[in-house]
Amino acid sequence: MTEHDITLSVNGTEHELTVEPRTLLVTALREDLGYTGANVGCETARCGACTVRVNGEAIKSCMRFAVQSDGAEIETVEGLAENGDLAPLQEQFQENHGLQCGFCTPGMLMTADTYLKDADDPSREEIREAIEGNLCRCTGYHNIVDAIEATLEQREASHE
Amino acid sequence: MYANDFEYYRAESVDEAVDLLGDHEGAELLAGSHGLLPRMRTGEEAPPALVDMNAVDGLSSIEHIDGDLSVGALVTHAELAESELVREHAPALADAAGEVGDIQVRNGGTIGGNLAHGDARTDHPAAVLALGGSLDVTGPDGDRSIDAADLFTGHFETAVGEQEVVTALRVPLEDDASSTYHKHRNPLSGYPLIGVGAWAQTDGETIERVRVAATGNLAHPKRLAAVEDALEGESLEADTITAAAEQATSLGDDEFRPDVQASPTYCRHLLSVYTERALRDVLGVDGE
Ligand SMILES: Cc1cc2nc3c(=O)[nH]c(=O)nc-3n(C[C@H](O)[C@@H](O)[C@@H](O)COP(=O)(O)OP(=O)(O)OC[C@H]3O[C@@H](n4cnc5c(N)ncnc54)[C@H](O)[C@@H]3O)c2cc1C
Ligand code: FES
Ligand code: FES
Repeated sequence: MTEHDITLSVNGTEHELTVEPRTLLVTALREDLGYTGANVGCETARCGACTVRVNGEAIKSCMRFAVQSDGAEIETVEGLAENGDLAPLQEQFQENHGLQCGFCTPGMLMTADTYLKDADDPSREEIREAIEGNLCRCTGYHNIVDAIEATLEQREASHE
Repeated sequence: MYANDFEYYRAESVDEAVDLLGDHEGAELLAGSHGLLPRMRTGEEAPPALVDMNAVDGLSSIEHIDGDLSVGALVTHAELAESELVREHAPALADAAGEVGDIQVRNGGTIGGNLAHGDARTDHPAAVLALGGSLDVTGPDGDRSIDAADLFTGHFETAVGEQEVVTALRVPLEDDASSTYHKHRNPLSGYPLIGVGAWAQTDGETIERVRVAATGNLAHPKRLAAVEDALEGESLEADTITAAAEQATSLGDDEFRPDVQASPTYCRHLLSVYTERALRDVLGVDGE
């Protein structure tokens, strides 16, 4: 099959790569470019472990082909920390025990981080709905919701 | 698991997409990939070529055109669910789109892909049938319109031709009408086991015009004619609605899709319950 040359901008860095049409975006990120943050869990767009942002929106990178994202701006969990300092959301996951094995965490963080950009004083129920596309087999979600709430509270406090 | 090998082409215009489909036997369009990719993984579909239509301009807007609400084929489920125009003029469609999977899936899939694919399990068909919508389609012989009532012919079978591109969904704008969509989620997949869309126009006392349609574990999405007949011209009362919803149970076993999780008897029951809920909602008649 004819291979294609594509460009992906990942966390602000442009990469040129050559892919088979059937290569998934998550495979290109992990295996061709070394961004192994996005995990592969179900490969059927159910678990959310592969969640990344494409042009500002959270999507499951196992459910699209890499060629489809030619020219797109992609953000992965590797881009959340700045100069080695964890982002507030990541710190709160640590503080609130929002992870155990950590397999779901990169996807969970990307979904939550995208949600937090527009979230305005959500209820716990609304936070649970916002992360319904991300499965966690360890925490029971309670501590993840705590971490997201704490990030919002911290953000509000710093605005006051 | 990997999908089958395929050749990849990118169309920059609708006409180029039509040409590419014509040049490559068995080629399929690629929009949000959320309908096609899962089936390519399992081998249920194995197109030798895909024509990516994401670079085609002008298919992503939601606007008023000639008395219709026009929704571009590449509008995503998330955009539909969040659009104020859709909420105002086609609430059933906003409801249905908001019920799809989760936010990542709603960001991925498109309305054109949903309706052209004809997956009978999905939410939008019941809303589009109830709203009396139609599809704008471009093919090798030019443009045509497909009425939603003629669109769904089977599970993964629609009236959209092999070389045709859906460019927009149209919903007629009508005064004093309202619509809604109610769904019983399959707890495992999130798809509707049964979903019911309802649209109605009343004068406050009489039900003047009404459309009711269902999706989910049916042979294909369809209007519920017996329910509509029991409502049209009748007075706006709880008893009328209960009696009409009972008509939904008249569907025969062969009008459902066999499912290990849900027998036709169970689906028939859900169908009448959700028809009643949708009707009470759209007609503004409280529960008992
Ligand atoms: C995990 C998951 C959960 C889901 N949950 C739900 C749910 O709860 N409810 C629900 O309703 N749906 C659900 N869906 C299905 C989803 O809504 C798809 O039906 C829809 O997104 C397909 O659109 P697409 O843009 O992804 O199409 P694609 O996969 O790109 O294409 C699908 C088919 O349509 C054709 N096509 C696409 N665009 C056009 C066009 N403009 N003109 C002509 N043909 C075209 C393609 O050639 C292909 O055959 C789910 C999907 C996934 C992966
Ligand atoms: S690996 Fe993509 S959603 Fe599970
Ligand atoms: S921490 Fe283990 S799956 Fe979430």
